[in-house]
Parts: sequence; C-alpha cells; structure tokens
Amino acid sequence: MNRKNPLSTVIAIASTAIAIASGIFVLGGYFFAQKADGQASLLTNIRLTLLNWAIILAGFAIFIGILNLFQVHFNKIQKKQKGSFYSLLLILSLAITFLFGLVKPGQMEIVFTTVQLPVEASLMALLAVTLTYASIRLLRRRFNLLSVIFLVTALLILFGTAPLPFLGDIPGISDWVRPFIAQVMAAGGARGILLGVALGTLTTGLRILFGADRPYGGNK
Amino acid sequence: MNIWLGLAGFGIVFFSAVLMLGLSVLYRKRPYVFRDIPAFTRLRQAVGLVVEDGSRLHVSLGRGSLTTPQSASALAGLALLRRLADLTSAGDQPPIATSGDATIAILSQDTLQTAAEFSERATFDPRMGRLTGLTPFSYAAGAIPAIRDEKVSANVLMGNFGVEVALLTDAVERENTFVLAGSDNLTAQAVIYASAQEPLIGEEIYAAGAYVDSGLLHTASLTVQDILRWLIIAAILVGALLALAGVL
Repeated sequence: MNRKNPLSTVIAIASTAIAIASGIFVLGGYFFAQKADGQASLLTNIRLTLLNWAIILAGFAIFIGILNLFQVHFNKIQKKQKGSFYSLLLILSLAITFLFGLVKPGQMEIVFTTVQLPVEASLMALLAVTLTYASIRLLRRRFNLLSVIFLVTALLILFGTAPLPFLGDIPGISDWVRPFIAQVMAAGGARGILLGVALGTLTTGLRILFGADRPYGGNK
Repeated sequence: MNIWLGLAGFGIVFFSAVLMLGLSVLYRKRPYVFRDIPAFTRLRQAVGLVVEDGSRLHVSLGRGSLTTPQSASALAGLALLRRLADLTSAGDQPPIATSGDATIAILSQDTLQTAAEFSERATFDPRMGRLTGLTPFSYAAGAIPAIRDEKVSANVLMGNFGVEVALLTDAVERENTFVLAGSDNLTAQAVIYASAQEPLIGEEIYAAGAYVDSGLLHTASLTVQDILRWLIIAAILVGALLALAGVL
C-alpha cells in the first residue's frame, strides 16, 4: 500500500488483523472441534461460519473473474492485438452461453456435454502427443542419470501396462517389474513427496498467520 | 477429530510456529547457507534479462482454490510473484499473472497492485492479473496466449496444476523462453519433470520465497521443514523397528 496515504495504511492493518484472526479461528476450530461432552465447540461453529462466508465470497469472486476475463479480451479486440479474433469468439461464446442460461436455465448441461466436453477431451488427446514429444526431448534437454531413470521407468510401466498383440502380458515385466515399481518404489517416493508437500503447506500457512505473506494487499 | 488428536495437531503447529519465530531471530545474526538449487539461480538470471531487454515476466498460479488445501501452493506462488514483481519493477513491462481460480486471480491483482504502488510505477492495470478459465484445459488454453503474444521472456508456473501443465510448458518451449515450473500435484510433477526446462520437485516450490530473498521467515520456514522432516524420519524408523519387534 502507498505509504503516503493514511487510509491505505489503516486498510492494510485492518485486513491483516482480520486475515490473521480468521486463520487462527479456523485452525483452532479443527484442533478443538469438540467439547468434553462430545458436542461441537464454539470454535467449530465459528470455523463453519467463516468457511461458509468464504464459500459465498468465492462464488462472487467467480463473477468478478468472468468480468475480468471479458475485460481482458474486450481490450484485445479494441486494440486489434494479435489473436483478437479468438477473443471475439470467446466473448460471443460467453454471451451465447449466458443467453442460453437465461432462456433455458434447466438445460445448461447441454452446453457442457456438446461443446465443453469434446473440446477438453480433444485437448486431453493432444496431451498424449505433447508428453511423448516432451519425453523424447528430455534427454536432449537434461542428459543425466535421473532423466535416464525417469525414461526407463516410464517405458517399463508402459510395457507392463500394455499387453502385446496376440501374446498378452509380457512375462516378468507385467507381473513383477511393473507392480514392484508402481506399488513399492513409486508409492514410497510419492509418500515421501507428499509428506514434504504437507510440511511446505504447514509452513506456508504459518507465514500467512504471522502476516509475513500478505497476498490480500499491504505486503511491504 | 478426537481431543487427543486435536491436541497433538495443535502441539505440532505450535512447535513449528515457535521454531519458525526463533529461527527468524537467529538468522538476523547468522545468515542461512542455502543448498544449491540451479533452477532458482537461473530464475534470477532470467529475471535480470527481463529487466534488461524490456520484456515481460509471466507467473501462472494454477487452479488451487482458496477454500481447499491446494491453495498453499498458489499462496507460495503469490509470495514469489510479489518478490518477482519487485525485482522486475525497474523493467518496462509489468508482470502478468494468470490463474484458473477466481479468488487466486483477485489476490494476484492485489499482489501486483501492491508491488506497483511500492515501486511507484505510474499505473496499475488490473488486466495484468487474469482469470483465464475455470476448468483445467480452459485455464491452460487461456494462459497460452499470454505466453505467446505478450512479449514474455520468462515464465514461472507455480501452483496446483494437473496434466494440463504440459500444454503450458509446450507453449513455452515453442517460444524458446525460460520456464521454471513446480506443483504440489504428483502427476503434474512428473509431467513437469519431463517437459519443463527448470522443474521443481517435491516441496521445492515452498522454498521459492527463501531463494529469492522474500524475508527471514521464509528462510526460517525452510529450516522448520527440515527439522520436521528429520522428526518424521525418526518416527517412521522407530515405528518400523517397534513393528518388527512386535510391539506395535
């Protein structure tokens, strides 16, 4: 916030205090959820109320986000920037979907099943090509032991998952190597990574509670 | 959650908080020595280049919603965005932030606005913090034009992604620009390892703030993570030995 403006300073302090207090109440509500008699504690009720408010605000944020999307693409069309034709398509689609929702509110899923779903499925199909190409280029980008292990593991999993035509499963790979990699090595590694992610999540949350990270403004 | 489990959870959080505060005080006197993560060294070089050649930095924050546990990675991304916005404040172009969640998009606007006001940049444009789509692939499809058409020379993809992150890294590769990418999602991490120039694996995304000098608490939080990791290792080993002995 602008240091010369006292109102901004007050807003920054108030928003920080509200964020920290809300965070402490929600966290406390998780840890002290029940009273000794088994009933929900006051902290739990406060937590649930705050979470309900957050969900309502998140719903309203979607509306603001869509306005932002409209603004970005409208500006692109106005300034005739590169790709403005696609921005025009986006705005037309947005308007048509909105009107469709007003005229036939109960049949909105038609838009998703006939337009959105096929488009997303085709992008998913494109991913197979993109990932194959990325794997081929991996050794050119980073030629080291880890990249070799990564590629060999991916190939072994693919061999173990896809049976050969007419022959079926590949002996040794399908019944031993693939399960060993997937259920022992990959599962162990994944748990280790997830524990690390959980610890990172904990410390990130604590930094927000301390007011060291203030993404809601006022971070100096 | 029963009372004892709740108390144990509170104890861990309280212990971590006290440790973090104590270490941040300690690091005022004795600087922390970081282990080398080449991705962050190259990020600094890329940010320097952004300022020098008048191009733009793009930070994509993924799809983690604030009301879910996946928000932590996006919050780590926002902390990095704040610092990177400061580092590029001398450049000609303000950074762009894209995301697939409306609340994160609003927070990215707030972060960029704060950075603009502190750097006394003439104006802040709210269109620099964008919601590009609400589903995984519409988000990726909406973020690709930002990578391609907005004179971007460095990209940071940090947040909760799925496999759609491959479309983003592919777009970056086609533009031949820098990309540092990390996610809290395991599938996305595998995809990022295969397709990104500078991948961050595991909890390295949470270390980003400390590596770009975001403050002593960021550095202290790294040490807290290390200490807790050692405690978990010890607990797993003791638990395994007790199970072997038939006690557990």
